[in-house]
Amino acid sequence: MAHSNKRVPMNHVIGFILSLAMTLVAAWAAIGSDLPVRWVIIGIMILALLQAGVQLFMFMHVTEAESGNGHVPWNMMFHGFALAGIIVAGSLFTMSFGFDHNHGGDGGEQQHEQQHEQQDHSGH
Amino acid sequence: MHITDILVTGEPIIYGAMVSMALVGIALLFLLTYFKKWGWLWREWLTTVDHKKIGVMYILSALLMLFRGGVDAMMMRVQLAFPDLGFLNSQHYNEIFTTHGTIMIIFMAMPFLIGLMNIIVPLQIGARDFAFPYLNALSFWSFFFGMALFNISFVIGGSPEAGWTSYTPLSGAAMSPGPGQNFYLMGLQLSGIGTLATGINLMVTILKMRAPGMKLFHMPIFTWSTLVTCFIIVFAFPILTVALALLTIDRIFGAQFFTLTGEGLPMMWANLFWMWGHPEVYIVILPAFGIFSEIIATFAKKRLFGYHAMVWSMIIIALLSFLVWVHHFFTMGAGAFVNSVFSISTMLIAVPTGVKIFNWLATLYKSKIEFTVPMLWSLAFIPSFILGGVTGVMLGMAAADYQFHNSYFLIAHFHYVLIAGTVFACFAGLVFWYPKMFGHKMNERLGKWAFWLFFFGFHVCFFPQYFLGLDGMPRRLFITNVVEWLPLNVISTVGAFGMGLGFIVFVYNVYYSFRYSERETTGDSWNGNGRTLEWATTTPVPYYNFATVPYVDEIDPYVRMKEEGKTTYEESKVKPIHMPSYTGQPFIMMAFLGLASFGLVFEWMYVAVFGLLGGIIMMIRRSFDYDDGYYVPVDEIKRTEKKARGL
Amino acid sequence: MAAEELKTGPLEYRTQEGQMGIMGFWIFLGAEVVLFSTLFATYAVLFGRTADAPLPSELFEPGIVLVMTFLLLTSSFTCGLAIHEMRRGSVKGLTIWMAITLALGLGFLGFEIFEFVHYAHEGATIQSSAFWSSFFILAGTHGLHVTLGIGWAILLLIQIKQRGLTNVTSRKFFIISLYWHFLDVIWIFIFTSVYLIGMVI
Repeated sequence: MAHSNKRVPMNHVIGFILSLAMTLVAAWAAIGSDLPVRWVIIGIMILALLQAGVQLFMFMHVTEAESGNGHVPWNMMFHGFALAGIIVAGSLFTMSFGFDHNHGGDGGEQQHEQQHEQQDHSGH
Repeated sequence: MHITDILVTGEPIIYGAMVSMALVGIALLFLLTYFKKWGWLWREWLTTVDHKKIGVMYILSALLMLFRGGVDAMMMRVQLAFPDLGFLNSQHYNEIFTTHGTIMIIFMAMPFLIGLMNIIVPLQIGARDFAFPYLNALSFWSFFFGMALFNISFVIGGSPEAGWTSYTPLSGAAMSPGPGQNFYLMGLQLSGIGTLATGINLMVTILKMRAPGMKLFHMPIFTWSTLVTCFIIVFAFPILTVALALLTIDRIFGAQFFTLTGEGLPMMWANLFWMWGHPEVYIVILPAFGIFSEIIATFAKKRLFGYHAMVWSMIIIALLSFLVWVHHFFTMGAGAFVNSVFSISTMLIAVPTGVKIFNWLATLYKSKIEFTVPMLWSLAFIPSFILGGVTGVMLGMAAADYQFHNSYFLIAHFHYVLIAGTVFACFAGLVFWYPKMFGHKMNERLGKWAFWLFFFGFHVCFFPQYFLGLDGMPRRLFITNVVEWLPLNVISTVGAFGMGLGFIVFVYNVYYSFRYSERETTGDSWNGNGRTLEWATTTPVPYYNFATVPYVDEIDPYVRMKEEGKTTYEESKVKPIHMPSYTGQPFIMMAFLGLASFGLVFEWMYVAVFGLLGGIIMMIRRSFDYDDGYYVPVDEIKRTEKKARGL
Repeated sequence: MAAEELKTGPLEYRTQEGQMGIMGFWIFLGAEVVLFSTLFATYAVLFGRTADAPLPSELFEPGIVLVMTFLLLTSSFTCGLAIHEMRRGSVKGLTIWMAITLALGLGFLGFEIFEFVHYAHEGATIQSSAFWSSFFILAGTHGLHVTLGIGWAILLLIQIKQRGLTNVTSRKFFIISLYWHFLDVIWIFIFTSVYLIGMVI
């Protein structure tokens, strides 16, 4: 445990700076930049995943051998995040019937779609 | 508020139930007082953290719930066989099919299996208790109070009546006002927390507390099935927690998740419910597979064929179980592409399940089968379950499902998998491990009677329902005045009563065996055929389970131990054993949270807040509780072992 | 069990109980991931269903959300420092950094309550539409977790004062640090997929 005796834990400092930087980049991409919406969304979601990685690996000691817990911590996180993807993407996929998820479109069209869908429901 | 405002009134059957509940309650209070058993109840049961006792309490509660759910089923069958009798009115019928489904899945199947896991898994891996015994007691009491809350609904406040799936918007505040649906939400929420805690607890127990030398692929197959099941529990139950919470917030605090106003999306409930609901099906079937695997290997007197394939097929089933949920609502109108994806993933599950079936058959192949009662249940399971599985594949084809959906074909299908799979396994497992729990076997002759009655009753009851479904009879139907359906409905009702009779014989057998069965002297109760570590313990199992923990480096370690004439007990190696202290805190904490849930059901916020505060204070007390348990001295262990082993 | 105590390595890992408690908490965090992802899924599906209530792009403001994010990110960092101090054996360092963490967490909560009240004034409440229901429950569940975490950490600070660093207290602090970092992970996703995407679209 050599690194434990250091006064300032460098990996924490690096992690902190990284997460601040990524937050700022994400905020800039969303608010300040003129990038296409699709690329902004993909980009900031990747940044969010990277930040989660910083927390898990640099702050939460997810792969610490001394824990005696083997692969369990990262295994649970891996499956948890995989399932999170299934739940979010699967719900959007399943519930997308009769409803256009392109919210960039004008409000009127969206309104129309929803009315359409509600008629679908009452038809059942 | 007047008492009659919350009591359910106007139904002779419910008055009868109230009177009988009151009488049973008074009788219990009287007996406990007369025999001065209150202290015993508190010291030995309500405060216990011993996994074996908690398991017994789970199983007793589950049997009680099997009775309650069974009575519900009988009442439905009577109504369907004699539709002109006016036995039930439509609302009462709705309440009964709702409580029947909910109770059988949540308060019967799961606690029964969790009870068996509680008792057997630590014994199979050579552990002295759960990883977190306190949490285990907490889990049980949260289940217990959830169950109690759900069950009082039919005398106080009114039962839920929107089906066990509780689809919105029907179950929303607009269309189901009143406390009934809240009972469903809070009862399931409370017991769901306990289930999640059990899942975590058992996972840590299995991963960290195995006997030295025992690798994961040395574990008995039932322990494996428990591990995989707990993995599903941990990842599926939070979805239910959220779904229930959202609907509760909709109903009590006026949110708009599943409403028809405010652009809510009622079908989102179905989506969330089945995202939990489908894994839930595997939560109740995988342990059943584990139980059958143990029993078949024991009475075929062979090592389980294809142990590794068995394990991997369970793991694959667990992963696939999260990818098929839409097949429960193909008819929602999600479109051909969505339905095709889920249709294919559904049919994929048949592959690992088929692997398991063939492995059981291969285990039986050329073996000297001993036809004991648990083996009879297991052998009956294989063909019966295949019928359920094959019709499941039929239902899994989206286009065909538009015909089968919500018909009796579906009813027959899921009763074939859940009864022939889960219920048979519960009976088989209980009979199989009964001597480990109570120190005597169940009577074989009565056991066979119960089996044959239940087995024939089951097929007579549910096989005709496939044809009723193909004839177009929809589920949840209260009046069936279509002449063509009547004969099959009458046959089905006869079968249902056969199952009821089988259950009565089974319960009588519990009493009969308690009175007359020979007491066990060895731990290896089934003619010395035991293969895994639980049979290496003495009967009754001492509270610390293993005086000395054996070294294990193979599957079925007890077989070789017996060949070499060894036991798990080595007197020279006995050391003081660390055990957790009993505590009443879990009971009190969950009683407070039960009270809070009760308050929420009636939307009495003062009661809810009071209960919640009580629960939080109990949690704070727990945080400051540094009780580290106690040590069992070496002398006492040696004395206990001498007595138990007749040394 | 308790008798077999390792002589080296971090205190919280030295006993079987310590290891099991931490493993159990990791498994619990796996369940928490699913819990929040269900809320995210609900939010995503109900996105755009605002009915007559204001649109998110009208109400979300980058300033306050960025401040909240920095507060929580910094608290996660200080929480990491607290555990670092704990492993160096310094009760004082642990206490100070943990107290700073809690202060930052309280600041975050204050801003969140202010934000919710502000939205309610603008006509977006839990009852006004499916979208706002899902927003308030998603962000509110996170806020509730932060509140519980603060209460829990205060209990632990009392215990460390009473008992000093032992296997048990260090295990408890390690577990709450996992919890706190995890809340930061969840917040990053709320920040990104709720606020930033809500402002983009």
